[in-house]
Amino acid sequence: MKADVVIIGGGVIGTAIARELSRFNINIILIEKEDDVAMGTSKGNSGIIHAGYNADFRTLKGRLNIKSNPGFDKLCRDLKVRFKRIGSLVVGFNEEDLKKIRELKQNGEKNGINNLEIIRGPKLFELEPNLNPQAKYALYAPSAGIISPYKFTIALADNAVINGVKVLLETEAKDIRIKERQVCGVVTNQGLIETRVIINAAGLHADEIAKAAGDNFKINPLKGEYQLFDKQWGNLVNHILFPIPTKLSKGILVAPTVHNNLLIGPNSCRVKEKDDLATTRAGIKEVYEGAKKLIPHLPHQDLINSFAGLRADIEERDDFIIEASKKIRGFINVAGIESPGLSSAPAIAEMVSGILKEVAKEISPRLELNYKDDFVETLVEQPKFADYLDKTGKWQEIVEKDADYGEIICRCEKVSKGEMLRAIHQPVPARSLDAIKRRIRAGMGRCQGGFCSPKVLKILSEELKISPLGITKKGTGSEILKTKTKDMIKETGVKFKDEVRV
Amino acid sequence: MKLEYDLVIVGGGPAGLAVALEARRNTVKDILLLERDKYLGGILPQCIHNGFGLQYFKEELTGPEYAERFIAKLNDNRIDVKTETMVIKITPDKRIIAINRDDGLLHIQAKAVVLAMGCRERTREAIAIPGNRPAGIFTAGTAQRYINIEGYMPGREVVVLGSGDIGMIMARRMTLEGARVKAVLEIMPFSTGLIRNKVQCLDDFNIPLKFNHTITRIEGEKRVERVTVAQVDKNLQAIPGTEEEISCDTILLSVGLIPENELTGEMGVKLDPVTRGPIVNENRETEIEGVFACGNVLQVHDLADFVSEEGEIVGRAVGEYLKRNRKFRHQPIKIVPGDNIAYVVPQHIDFIVPGRKKIKIFMRVKNPAERVRINLLDDKDRVLGSYKKRIVTPGEMVSVYLPEVLLDDKLKNITISIKSN
Repeated sequence: MKADVVIIGGGVIGTAIARELSRFNINIILIEKEDDVAMGTSKGNSGIIHAGYNADFRTLKGRLNIKSNPGFDKLCRDLKVRFKRIGSLVVGFNEEDLKKIRELKQNGEKNGINNLEIIRGPKLFELEPNLNPQAKYALYAPSAGIISPYKFTIALADNAVINGVKVLLETEAKDIRIKERQVCGVVTNQGLIETRVIINAAGLHADEIAKAAGDNFKINPLKGEYQLFDKQWGNLVNHILFPIPTKLSKGILVAPTVHNNLLIGPNSCRVKEKDDLATTRAGIKEVYEGAKKLIPHLPHQDLINSFAGLRADIEERDDFIIEASKKIRGFINVAGIESPGLSSAPAIAEMVSGILKEVAKEISPRLELNYKDDFVETLVEQPKFADYLDKTGKWQEIVEKDADYGEIICRCEKVSKGEMLRAIHQPVPARSLDAIKRRIRAGMGRCQGGFCSPKVLKILSEELKISPLGITKKGTGSEILKTKTKDMIKETGVKFKDEVRV
Repeated sequence: MKLEYDLVIVGGGPAGLAVALEARRNTVKDILLLERDKYLGGILPQCIHNGFGLQYFKEELTGPEYAERFIAKLNDNRIDVKTETMVIKITPDKRIIAINRDDGLLHIQAKAVVLAMGCRERTREAIAIPGNRPAGIFTAGTAQRYINIEGYMPGREVVVLGSGDIGMIMARRMTLEGARVKAVLEIMPFSTGLIRNKVQCLDDFNIPLKFNHTITRIEGEKRVERVTVAQVDKNLQAIPGTEEEISCDTILLSVGLIPENELTGEMGVKLDPVTRGPIVNENRETEIEGVFACGNVLQVHDLADFVSEEGEIVGRAVGEYLKRNRKFRHQPIKIVPGDNIAYVVPQHIDFIVPGRKKIKIFMRVKNPAERVRINLLDDKDRVLGSYKKRIVTPGEMVSVYLPEVLLDDKLKNITISIKSN
C-alpha cells in the first residue's frame, strides 16, 4: 500500500489534521489501532472548548487555543456537531482565590480575550442558582463552550474520508522505515505502507512512535476520572464551573454536556500504564467531593456512568510538541496534546499543514501540495428522532419515506433504527456496540444499554452479515457472546445429580 | 386508524394485560394497549423458569405460560393492541404521542390512561463499581434475554453481584447451560430476593452465596478477566485485608430495579422518593385524575401474581372513573410508613365505597425480622389493628388488610409499623 502522507492516530488531533490536509491533492492514509476513531484521550475528557485565559500566550497551548476558539461555531455548523457556547465561571471563595482570579483575567487579557468579567455577590447566584452559597467571586468567560469530543472527532474523520482520506481501523504502527535519513514507510500489523511523510499523532503512544524515528521525549499518562448524571440534571448548572486552577490541572469541574447530562470531574492522578483506564474507589470519591465544593447538592441517585481518560503529559515540558523531526526528513511530531488540546485542534491542524509545506520541499522526490477545487467543507445534517420530539409532524414525513425511522431501538435516548443503519454505513462506519453508542447514543442513556444492546447487536450482525458471536463491544477480543445456547453444555458435559430439584 | 379511546394502557406486560381484561369486564368499551416490544407479556416471555401463578391461578406455570393465559383472553375481547409502538409523550390532559413503523407518529386522545411501563435494572454504572470497562458485564435481565430469547450464552465463568431474584435465577440458568457460576455476592447480610429462589437456584446447585460481600474492582481491558471481591462492614464499606480475586469472564448484576417513570415525571405526576413510582390512592390513581399506575412502574413487585392483582384493581377503578361513579372522602387518609417499613402502597385513601369491607395495603420492610406484629396506628399512636407475621424480609412484599370500619371521618393518618415480639 502507498500513500503520500500517513497519519498515525485517529484521535481529535489526527482526524483534524487529516481533514485539514485533505484540502490538498495528495493521498492520505490515517491509521488507528483501535476499531474506531476517538478511542483514546479524545473520548475521555471534559469536552470543553476553553476561552483561553489559562495558558501563557508565548506557549503553543496559549496561542493555539486562542486562535481556535472563535472558529468553533462555524466549524461545528459545517460538521453538524452540537456546540454550545455557554461560558465558564472560575469560582472563588476567599481573598486568595480572588487574587488568582485577577491573575487569570490579566493573563486572559494579555492573550487578547477582552470580554472576561469578575462577578461577585448576588449576580453570581443569578447566573448559577445552585452554586455553593459560600462562593464569593467568579471569573466569567463567555466564549467558553461545550462539545462532544468523540462526536467532533468522528465528524472530522467522516469529513476527511469524504475528501479522499483513507481511514484504516485496527491498524497499528509497529515500526518506521527510514532510508538515508528520510521516512520511506510505516510497518503495521496489516502490512507495510510506503510513504514519504509520517505525522505522529499517536496521543499517549507518540513517544514510542517518535523513538522509532530517533526522537526522544517521554509521555507520562495522567489519569482523570469522571462521573455522568442522568439527562434530567443537565439544568442544574448553566455554565461550565471550575474551581481555582492548580499548576497540575484546571481542577474538578461541573458542567452540562451538549446532550444535557451533568458531568463532573476530572481528578488528576499519575499512573504507570498507558492503558490504565480503570476507575478507582478513591478517584470516584475525590471527584464527587471535589464537585460538591461547587454544587453541594449532586443527584447521586441518578449517576449513570463513571469513566476515566488519560492525558498525554510530556515529561519536563509544559507545552505541546508540534514540529518536524530534526533528525530525519518527512517526520512530524504532534505530541503531548493535553488540555487545551481539544480546544486547539483546528489551529494545530493548520499549523501542521504549514509545517508539511516546508517538509514537502525537503523530501525527495518532492511532494507537490496543490489545493483541490472540490474540497467538501460540510457534512450533511442527519435527522435524529430525539431532536424532533417537539416537531413530530416533520418526523412523520421522514417515517413515511423510510419506515426504519419509525422503529425506536433505544428508549432512553430515543434513537430509531434508521439512525443506526446510517451509523453502520457512514464514512467512518460503526462496527461495534460502543461505536454505535458514540455515534447515535443508543446505550448512552439511563439503562446503559440494558434494553437496547441485544437489539443493537442483532442489527449489527444482520447489516455486517457476520454471526452475532462476532459482534464486539469495542473491537477484537471484546466479543459480547461466547457460544450458542446448548453448545456450551456440550463442551462441559452434563453434571447434575438426580436429587437436584430442577 | 382510531385515535380516540376510553382507555389507553401504556405497556403490555402482566400489569397492562390484567388492566385491559378487567377494564373490559367492568364495561370499559374502547381500549388501546400499546407495547414497545414485538410481543405482549413484558418480561414474562424471557422468564422461562417456573414459579409463576401459584397465587393467582393456584398452579405453577412458567413466565410464557403465565403471560399466555392473559394474552389468549385478550384476543377474544376486541381490545386494540399495537406492538412495536413506543410512547414518547403523555400530556396531563391525556393525549398520548406514540411512534411505530407502520403508522409513524400517533396522536391519541384518551379519557383514562394507565401507566404500566414496568421497570429497568440498576446498572454497574449506577452503583459505581471501580475498575475497567470491558465486555462481559451484563445486568441479569439482559443476560436472560440473550440466553432465552436470542439463543446465545454471554459467558462461561460467572460472578453474580446481588442476590436479587433475576440474579439467582440466572445463576441457575447459566449453570444448567454449562457455565460455571463461581459466586453470588450480596452486600447486605440477607438475600434481597425470594427465599424460595435462594433454596432452589443456589443451594440446590451448590452455588456459594456470600453475604456482606461486594465487587471492589473489575479487571480486563477488552473482556472481563477477574474481579476483586471484599467483605464489607456495617456501613457497607470494603474491609481492607479481606480482598480476594476471582477469575471470571462475566459479571451479572442483580442490584435492584428502578420503575421507568420518565414519561410519568415529564407529564407532571408526583413520585414517591422511596418507591420511585407515582404516589397513588387506593385505586392506584395518581395525583392527575384519570391517570392510573400499576405493576412495577408503581412499585417493584416480587411476584408477577401481585402485579396481575394490582392491574385488576386498576381495571375496576377505570370503570368506576369513566362512569363518574365515585364519592370522595371529605379528607383523604394518609398511609404512613412507620418503624421498619420502607414504603406503603397506596399512599392515601380517597374514596367512600359502599359495601367495601377492607383495603389491601402493600409494603416492604427495611430489615428482616422474625415473629413480628404489623401494627396499624392512628394519629395518637393507638393500635387500630395488628397482624402477626412469622418472618418479614425486604426481598418479599408484605400485605395487610385495612378494615373499612377503621376509616372513620376524623382519621387523617394511619401509620404502619413493625413491632418485634
